[in-house]
Amino acid sequence: MSKKLIDLSQVGMIYEAASGPVEALAGISLAVGMGEFVSLVGPSGCGKSTLLRIVAGLRPATSGTVKVAGRQITRPIPDIGMVFQQPILLKWRSILQNVLLPAELAGKDASGLKKRAHELLEMAGLSGFAEKLPRELSGGMQQRAALCRALLLDPPLLLMDEPFGALDAMTRDDMALELLRIWGETSASRKTILFVTHSIPEAVFLSDRVVVMSARPGRIAADIKIDLPRPRTIEARASEKFGHLSLDIFKLLSNRSEATTVAA
Amino acid sequence: MKIKALAQQYWPTVVLFVLLFVAWQLAVSYSGIRAYLLPSPWSVVQAFWEPDIPWTQHIWTTTLEIVGAFFMAAAVGVMLGVAIAWSPLIANALVPFLVFLNTLPKVAIAPLFLVWMGYGIFPNMLMGALIGFFPVVINTAVGLSQVEADMLDLGRVFNAPKWKIFLKIRIPNALPYILSSLKITATAAVVGAIVGEFVASQSGLGYVITTTQSSMNTSLAFAALIWISAVGLALYGLVVLAARLWAPWAEGID
Repeated sequence: MSKKLIDLSQVGMIYEAASGPVEALAGISLAVGMGEFVSLVGPSGCGKSTLLRIVAGLRPATSGTVKVAGRQITRPIPDIGMVFQQPILLKWRSILQNVLLPAELAGKDASGLKKRAHELLEMAGLSGFAEKLPRELSGGMQQRAALCRALLLDPPLLLMDEPFGALDAMTRDDMALELLRIWGETSASRKTILFVTHSIPEAVFLSDRVVVMSARPGRIAADIKIDLPRPRTIEARASEKFGHLSLDIFKLLSNRSEATTVAA
Repeated sequence: MKIKALAQQYWPTVVLFVLLFVAWQLAVSYSGIRAYLLPSPWSVVQAFWEPDIPWTQHIWTTTLEIVGAFFMAAAVGVMLGVAIAWSPLIANALVPFLVFLNTLPKVAIAPLFLVWMGYGIFPNMLMGALIGFFPVVINTAVGLSQVEADMLDLGRVFNAPKWKIFLKIRIPNALPYILSSLKITATAAVVGAIVGEFVASQSGLGYVITTTQSSMNTSLAFAALIWISAVGLALYGLVVLAARLWAPWAEGID
């Protein structure tokens, strides 16, 4: 593995609920290399979204160490882009103004980034929609705009929290392909992506590694290398290897022990 | 096409209005009801040109009171709402006090205003503002806090300071809520101004109505009433227009 961008060591998270302390995450150690695409899959409530927010510096871990680019994370740092399940675009701003929002929030010169924003929108197939309001766009287009927003400041790390979870199945598959294209999967300067999803095929299709988490407290049950060739095409989903990998992950998630090729 | 649609929608209102008017005139003409109890529509129309009444001055006074009350309520309401949403400490200190103030029958305070401030436009303005500011406070505070959790996380991911999140995210988010509460304030400002004039005034449409009590000139009171509702309606219309102009994304929020 190349240089580590994310380095988690024995990360635990306990939060206080009305019924007493709840252990959400326990003993999570995970390293993600520069330029790697790693997906987190697991049952609902396994803490995968919480883990993503810990990496983002939005929630504090209660134990262990969290490092991004060698820096200990206690609060959000620049250099991280984030995409959520909902596009959460500001409904009173045009698509272009939404994409420029990170610059304004971070106190950077937004007008100087206009050209980059237009380039991103063009790459995402939204060049004709820069001046439209979010409600004039479909759900998939809104999510692509959210991706442009996350990429505006060119962060080396992109955190994605079930970004396609709210879309219909067909749009979802399109978006996966689109993401790979925008990510530039074969380019040397590609970004590091940590991706949370419920969908096993989506995780296998997109990722270099799929990290399988077990239910509460969330632990890492398996770390599976996806050695399908890149660039990946829609045909890859029909390959035998894709089927095997998906089935293995499915079995791990449904707590069966007869995994065919992987040892947890 | 648009005019046709408008006609489609409003012809029943117009017909009903005309029918009521005719029925009113007929009732007065043929029932022998006394004019000081119910003046005829025609005498009300004549009252608009009553040379002894300086209508422009009265309308001006009341309009000034209503508009002043409206802007005072809006400004104070928004400021208090922002303060409450900004700091839990301020919220804890202010909210019980504001709730108490709101449950107080403001009309009962009007005589106190007379004692404290005497006659004039300002105390009546203040009465309108006092009745109208509370919904603005509540809606501002609610609008500022009704922001998706993910949206706030997004702001934090980009290291935005709290004031910037207020300026760029929370305040625009609250705008439709504020504009919606201002419709209530527009109506309340009218009530407050007139109540103030009833208790203490030397000019204004409410003052005109109080003078007709002794002179039994009921048609004058009716004319004043029509003027009051015209001013109120104009203000309300402007608020609706402002909402369409400044928060077009929130069409149909209320």
